[in-house]
Amino acid sequence: MNRLAQIFVKESILVPVVAIILGLVTGAVAMLAGGFDPLLAYQSLLKKVFGDLYNFGETIRQITPLIFTGLSVAFAFRTGLFNIGAEGQFIMGMVASVYVGVMVDLPFYLHAPLALIAGALAGGLWGAIAGWLKAFRGVHEVITTIMLNWTALYFCNYILNTFLVPKGQQRSEEIKETAYISVQWLSEMFGNARLHWGTLLALVAAVVFYVLLWKTKTGFELRAVGFNPHASEYAGMNVNRNVINAMLIGGLFAGLGGACEVLGVFHYQAILSAMPGYGFDGIAVALIGGNTAIGVILGAILFGVLTYGAAGMNFGAGVPVELIRVVIASVIFFVAAHGIVKYILKPLLSRKKEKEVL
Amino acid sequence: MRLRQAETVVEMRGITKRFPGIVANDRVDLRVKKGEIHALLGENGAGKSTLMNILFGLYQPDEGEILINGQPVKITNPNVANDYGIGMVHQHFMLVEPFTVTENIILGKEPKKGVRIDIQTAAKEVEEISRRYGLKVDPYARIEEISVGMQQRVEILKTLYRGADILIFDEPTAVLTPQEIQELIVIMKNLVQEGKTIILITHKLKEIMAVCDSVTIIRRGRVIDSLAVADTNPDELAAKMVGREVSFSVDKQPAQPKDVILSVQNLTALGSRGVKALNGISFEVRAGEILGIAGVDGNGQSELIEVLTGLRKAQQGSVTLKGVDITNCTPREISEAGVSHIPEDRHKRGLVLDFFMSENMVLASYYQPPYNSRGFLNYQAINKQAERLIAEFDVRTPSIHTQARALSGGNQQKAIIAREVDKDPDLLIAAQPTRGLDVGAIEFIHKRLVEQRDKGKAVLLLSLELDEILNVADRIAVIYEGQIVGIVDPRETNEQELGLMMSGGKRMQGGSGDE
Repeated sequence: MNRLAQIFVKESILVPVVAIILGLVTGAVAMLAGGFDPLLAYQSLLKKVFGDLYNFGETIRQITPLIFTGLSVAFAFRTGLFNIGAEGQFIMGMVASVYVGVMVDLPFYLHAPLALIAGALAGGLWGAIAGWLKAFRGVHEVITTIMLNWTALYFCNYILNTFLVPKGQQRSEEIKETAYISVQWLSEMFGNARLHWGTLLALVAAVVFYVLLWKTKTGFELRAVGFNPHASEYAGMNVNRNVINAMLIGGLFAGLGGACEVLGVFHYQAILSAMPGYGFDGIAVALIGGNTAIGVILGAILFGVLTYGAAGMNFGAGVPVELIRVVIASVIFFVAAHGIVKYILKPLLSRKKEKEVL
Repeated sequence: MRLRQAETVVEMRGITKRFPGIVANDRVDLRVKKGEIHALLGENGAGKSTLMNILFGLYQPDEGEILINGQPVKITNPNVANDYGIGMVHQHFMLVEPFTVTENIILGKEPKKGVRIDIQTAAKEVEEISRRYGLKVDPYARIEEISVGMQQRVEILKTLYRGADILIFDEPTAVLTPQEIQELIVIMKNLVQEGKTIILITHKLKEIMAVCDSVTIIRRGRVIDSLAVADTNPDELAAKMVGREVSFSVDKQPAQPKDVILSVQNLTALGSRGVKALNGISFEVRAGEILGIAGVDGNGQSELIEVLTGLRKAQQGSVTLKGVDITNCTPREISEAGVSHIPEDRHKRGLVLDFFMSENMVLASYYQPPYNSRGFLNYQAINKQAERLIAEFDVRTPSIHTQARALSGGNQQKAIIAREVDKDPDLLIAAQPTRGLDVGAIEFIHKRLVEQRDKGKAVLLLSLELDEILNVADRIAVIYEGQIVGIVDPRETNEQELGLMMSGGKRMQGGSGDE
């Protein structure tokens, strides 16, 4: 019990928790100003998410891609790179897996894995382009990844139009059932919520993220280059190759996320009129999670619950969607600007530190 | 005649400052009298910079009080310090390079004529101050065009322009040539003659003996002693600072040079700005000797080291190690060929500051067994190696799982030296290995360098400190504008001759200019 208390008093946990609370309070003020009942709104949010099994299952579905893109951004962050391109990598993952899902005929034990691998590789290579441009042309990855997002969007639509979308339709053919990664029995258990193996894959990806960064030679190099490229160069590491590797691996995570979305949730790919947004939300998730594996999972849960529950706030308390985005934004704001939270907590924390010194 | 009033201008009483896990200042008392030069002497990490940062308003003390001219004051930030007449000359200059001297001096306190800055008046005032204190500068010169010594004078002028009466100098001689140090000493004496008070942060005993009136010694956050310089001597000061007897001269037998290990022929390379930094430099280092490279900063030393270690590409010429051509090989190939490198900037190159000490101890060998087995790191082996090196080289760290950032400069440097010497290299390249370190650590590092030499290894020592070169090297090569202008025997030369060569005023036998 005492240890549990200790964990919760630890600064690293205390700060995000207080940040979330501050964000929710700020959101409540915004709702009050708009003439809505914040308590009812938050109540409806929770009711929407935890109220019944179907919605709970759908919340999990909502969380899953956020874990992937969160890991993608966090991985690049750990190696000193700012991957704004999880969005484009996610899209590339979707289109590659839908292509394999529709065009290839294979037994299920080969088809689904192949489609997943295709999606992951497409995302990875998309990221690696930005890495290569950074390493050998010195172009900043923020610029290239943003540009590659748009390139991916239109490239994806081109592929869909050319190969996969039947005439007069707005979406591709359904992928073959052999490529499905949905979990039938679980879905049935959750009132036909679209649950799939991708959620498990996301958790595995988080473990891989951790092991790769902290237990392997590759991770040692990636982290060293991220912290200090000069010292890494001095120590004989190939800084350029590590930059490409980092973007490649980050892209793999995002691409896999895109593949799971197609193979597990929709089973087809619609022509995109806008970005799906998971990649951008991934930036916020990585930020909230402090770029750690466990943090990304928790961040994705927070983000997923807020976005999915938003519909409940709208329905239950009449809060307009725009105002709900304000609530979400203020939570992210406080988590990201944890300096403010620390400043607020300062009197409390410094008292604790004094005790430690004595 | 020096003004000698017993009046105390700065008094710090019982100052305590804690950082997480460490007490940087422990009930420190400091009394500085008006018109004196007061030295603050201590090892790296002893707490002297912390104390001065408190006086300058950058830190707030946890306990204790500060009195200026007998009045208790609260110095909450550097602007408040300025108001009390306290100015600080930082070790790393805070100047805007493309601006002129005058523009830099008035920055943030510009005299206005309407909305325009009145540069003429300002320049006149700068000239007036510089004449009064004997600080020769051209008020219209750009910072990037003037020497380091001149830049320091601009820093001093900046504090004087802001009306400082109490000047804190943070290790001012670290970046200067011997001649510039002499000039600075004259300047400091002028300043006190004009009624200013100076606090000098240093760990160089020679300077204290040369200019200071009194000295306060700090060790591990506590004041050990405060005494008049006239009543003491360097040996006593060193012992008080380190806590034991220290020897200044490096104990060593004459070198017994054997085969040529490193041979550099007509090496040419560009510097970072695309200008030729190495101009056909040639020299050799033999097994069993320490070749010292002396020179004023910016004459191609950094580029030379970078080319030798594979961090910069050579344009022409060759680098040969034990007869094998290693020109433009990668850093890893050169390292594996038997070269160790203590880099001149330990924070930039030598350590990943956010890594644990354990990780830093295998920074260049992590990919080899036993640390790496099939792509996975063997942390047991890594920790064992780190424990061993840290014990062997007396690196003071709370644990091997402490971030390198948390260690003092001396201990960081010891850790790098442990890592590099442990590789048992044929050639050890040490670039400014004692920069910013105190006598205790310097003694330790010099011993290790000589030890390598005595084991029959070749050592290339690059230093901006003439004392160090004269004490440690067996032969001295002077570098000037990317060339060796002469190779001399340390027993047959002196600071004046070296200083002349370093400034390009004299070429000697063995210099590439003669060939």
